Amino acid sequence: MRRARLKAQSMAEKKKLRIATTSLAGCFGCHMSFLDIDERLFPLLDLVEFDRSPLTDIKHCGPCDIGLIEGGICNAENVHVLREFRKNCKILIAIGACAINGGLPAQRNHLDLSSCLTEVYLTEPGLLHGHIPNDPELPLPLDKVHPLHEVVKIDYFIPGCPPSGDAIWKFLTDLIAGKTPELGHGLIKYD
Amino acid sequence: MSDTFQLDGASVPFEPGQTVMQAALTAGQYIPHLCYHPEFKPHGSCKLCTVKINDRTVASCTLPAEANLKVESATDELNALRSTLVKMLFAEGNHFCPSCEKSGNCMLQALGYDLEVHTAGFRHQYPDRPLDPSHPDILLDFNRCILCELCVRASAEVDGKNVFALAGRGSGKHLIVNSESGLLKDTNIALTDKAMQVCPVGVILPKRVGFAVPIGERRYDQHPISAQALDDAPRPPEGAKHG
Repeated sequence: MRRARLKAQSMAEKKKLRIATTSLAGCFGCHMSFLDIDERLFPLLDLVEFDRSPLTDIKHCGPCDIGLIEGGICNAENVHVLREFRKNCKILIAIGACAINGGLPAQRNHLDLSSCLTEVYLTEPGLLHGHIPNDPELPLPLDKVHPLHEVVKIDYFIPGCPPSGDAIWKFLTDLIAGKTPELGHGLIKYD
Repeated sequence: MSDTFQLDGASVPFEPGQTVMQAALTAGQYIPHLCYHPEFKPHGSCKLCTVKINDRTVASCTLPAEANLKVESATDELNALRSTLVKMLFAEGNHFCPSCEKSGNCMLQALGYDLEVHTAGFRHQYPDRPLDPSHPDILLDFNRCILCELCVRASAEVDGKNVFALAGRGSGKHLIVNSESGLLKDTNIALTDKAMQVCPVGVILPKRVGFAVPIGERRYDQHPISAQALDDAPRPPEGAKHG
């Protein structure tokens, strides 16, 4: 801890890196896991500052060094947000199973979208006067759920459901130190 | 005194009739592999065990060992090719580790870990492969099949039942059940069959044992597959000495 802090202080002269994070078709589990780096958040905050993120509640992403994206692409809004991140972030990282291979939401990919909506909102037993939501503010679902790399170029991937706080810490500190991030046995997990 | 060949610069003894893979594993040298199983005739289909000899790439599981061969295996080039193969397998099937009972005991996953595969990278195919839950004790989840034919070989060669087969050609190739209905319940497969024990991924699963061992405490959670594959290797009997 102390060493990490001292190292951070020596680097504090440098301009802080700007990081943006978001959750698309995800469950925020990867963000929760990010918070599992616990007190290491303090040395991290000596090195970085947060742009758009659920942690800051900033709504749009400005120019950033690193973008961390959790969740895959399941609707039109996801595509817009992903493109905003790609446009603004020098390095874009897909974090977690859903961002990398679609994950749980992609379990609908072999089903027809309209039959999914019909079953959930119209024919499911116990539904009374159900209707398929059609508020214009709701983003339209895509026919299939896609991993991020099928829509924009992704620079790095941190697998896991979610990746552990230790894996995220190792990956980010490697990257910030200018090394090629490596996870290694025990930190690389797909489950 | 048996002959030897060189594997990544180390001397590996072999008995006549052994393949490069068999001799390497027996000598405690790991070559990554997926469709090879020490108890079965090599299949040579997954190509994970590809090695390089005189600038030619060959599957080490089917290559007969010869004296003085110079075999390259643990090189960046070959491991990059292996990781591409693993990535293609992940993109071709539906491999969703978080909800798979085999996670942590899965050879495909463990090889991905060993080769630092962080993403399949390719466009995922998301094939439609319905389950076969018909058998009272056994679940078949074809989504994860990598066509290694180990269950086919085990059922035919050890169990003498021919429960499984591969059908179709090329990208249409798939695992089928040899019964008139095509369902597992109409075969004589039993939980004690060899075919139940050999699937390297999560296709053939006994029912009602889900998550008996928690995620994080399973075989390849403990140690990497490269450190464990040797445990399964054919060993010379105690006291016998090679070289």
